[in-house]
Amino acid sequence: MSRVVLWLGLGFLWAPVLLMAGFAFSDARQPFVWGGFSWRWFVALAGNARLLEAASLSVLLAAGAATLAMLAGGAMGWVLARQGAFRGRAVFGALAAAPLVLPEVVSGLALLLLFVALERLTGWPQGRGVLTLLLAHASLGAAYVAVVVQGRLASMGPLLEDAAADLGANAATVFRTITLPLIAPSLAAGWGLAFFLSFDDVVLASFTSGPGATTLPLLLFSQLRMGATPEAHALAVVMLGLAVAGLCLWQIWLRSKNRVS
Amino acid sequence: MIRALASAWLGLLVMAPLLVVAAIAFAVPDQGLPPFRLPIIEGRWEGGNESWGVLTADDFYLAALLRSLVVASATAGLCLALAYPMALGILRLAPARRPLVLALVVLPLCIGFVLRMAAWVGLLRDSGLVNQALLAMGVISAPVPLLYSSTGLLMGMVHSYLPFALLPLYAALAARDMRLEEAAADLGAGPFTVFRSITLPGSAAAAGAAFLLVFIPAAGEFVIPALLGAPDALLAGGAIWQEFFTARDWPLAAAASMALLAVLLPPLALWQRLGRR
Repeated sequence: MSRVVLWLGLGFLWAPVLLMAGFAFSDARQPFVWGGFSWRWFVALAGNARLLEAASLSVLLAAGAATLAMLAGGAMGWVLARQGAFRGRAVFGALAAAPLVLPEVVSGLALLLLFVALERLTGWPQGRGVLTLLLAHASLGAAYVAVVVQGRLASMGPLLEDAAADLGANAATVFRTITLPLIAPSLAAGWGLAFFLSFDDVVLASFTSGPGATTLPLLLFSQLRMGATPEAHALAVVMLGLAVAGLCLWQIWLRSKNRVS
Repeated sequence: MIRALASAWLGLLVMAPLLVVAAIAFAVPDQGLPPFRLPIIEGRWEGGNESWGVLTADDFYLAALLRSLVVASATAGLCLALAYPMALGILRLAPARRPLVLALVVLPLCIGFVLRMAAWVGLLRDSGLVNQALLAMGVISAPVPLLYSSTGLLMGMVHSYLPFALLPLYAALAARDMRLEEAAADLGAGPFTVFRSITLPGSAAAAGAAFLLVFIPAAGEFVIPALLGAPDALLAGGAIWQEFFTARDWPLAAAASMALLAVLLPPLALWQRLGRR
């Protein structure tokens, strides 16, 4: 019974994605219409300067936001797991978790109104653009990194760090030689999560982005409201291919690592 | 030092925005940019409650809020109804095959949220594949309006949120103590009795948390209703969006955000409690 639902659920998740990808190879001008096999939409995609520009902006933005989120979220997770019961811990914890559950429309509006108020008071940030978008995505990503890092630190306890301190290592050495290597996988996972959140975001970007900063999801969203193009199908194939390739590389890396150890 | 930096980050990017929204919810709409002014005259707060009056004046906003809660409940309920048996189904597979199936759950996310919605638009149109297939099979004689209806909306919502319900449920069910179920089976309980008296009560908290993890963000969802839902059935997220971008009434958008947050606080508190167990 549960197996039947499992395969039905997987079918439901995959059917629109596979159909989307399949019709990328159709010669027809309308999306989801079969007009014989053709590569033309991949050629059109490769020649679409606006789309490529938006995609490269999205990749750079996601990498920057994920890196910022990794630093801030790592610090938040470490504070929550290792600083005991300091004053204001409850507020700190609630604020750290808030972006996980706030409706995106509310976070987006709140961040935009903050940026406008700040600009009024201090003259910074000047207008909306890549910088405000970066901060908005980093604040969302940091919450996810904090959860992952806090969970990792809580599950392994402070024993190793205490032992290193007892053996004479100072705080910086303990952090560099014990804590950092132990949380490195969580930081990497958090970075990936933050990258994906930024790369896939429409709502926060709609509020905090400016005229010069159109990300890939924003561009696709504005085009979709006027009707999707077959180029979008070709893009879906490219994304799916990149994801599968990434997954395979990760598997190969895991296997080679297991063989070494 | 690290705590101070992290606190400054949270203060600037999480607390300050919420405080600014709360303040602007009491501001007064005005011409110019930004299109509002704070009701401070000669250093005294003159209090602008207009936005709150507009929100409660007629049923327009209340109806949008109620529709959002209904859509969010239906989405979360459907996700749970699918995700729970799916998680059990994955756990019945051989351990070596589980990572592959979990990857199959996550991979559809990788083509991106907007393209997944584009796929649904293409499938559900009057001339789309679903209607063509139903017509060809003779189930229907004329295209059924699926796109821009609650059917289309729920399809897109469940498709988007299902992995987020499935992954935490899978983690919780994978960590459960199998010995209890084995003991019950040894004592003569049938599979259904084992499920009803051991598995289900043991995972009720995780199921509740998964429901809320979908319900809370779904209640404020804007993009999926805008692309797939009925245009006349405005939801809370769409109402905030419209007031901000179309009507340019920032104080009203801020007040509506605060109202949505206030409604979501009880489920949020419940989610935190379920998660701590």
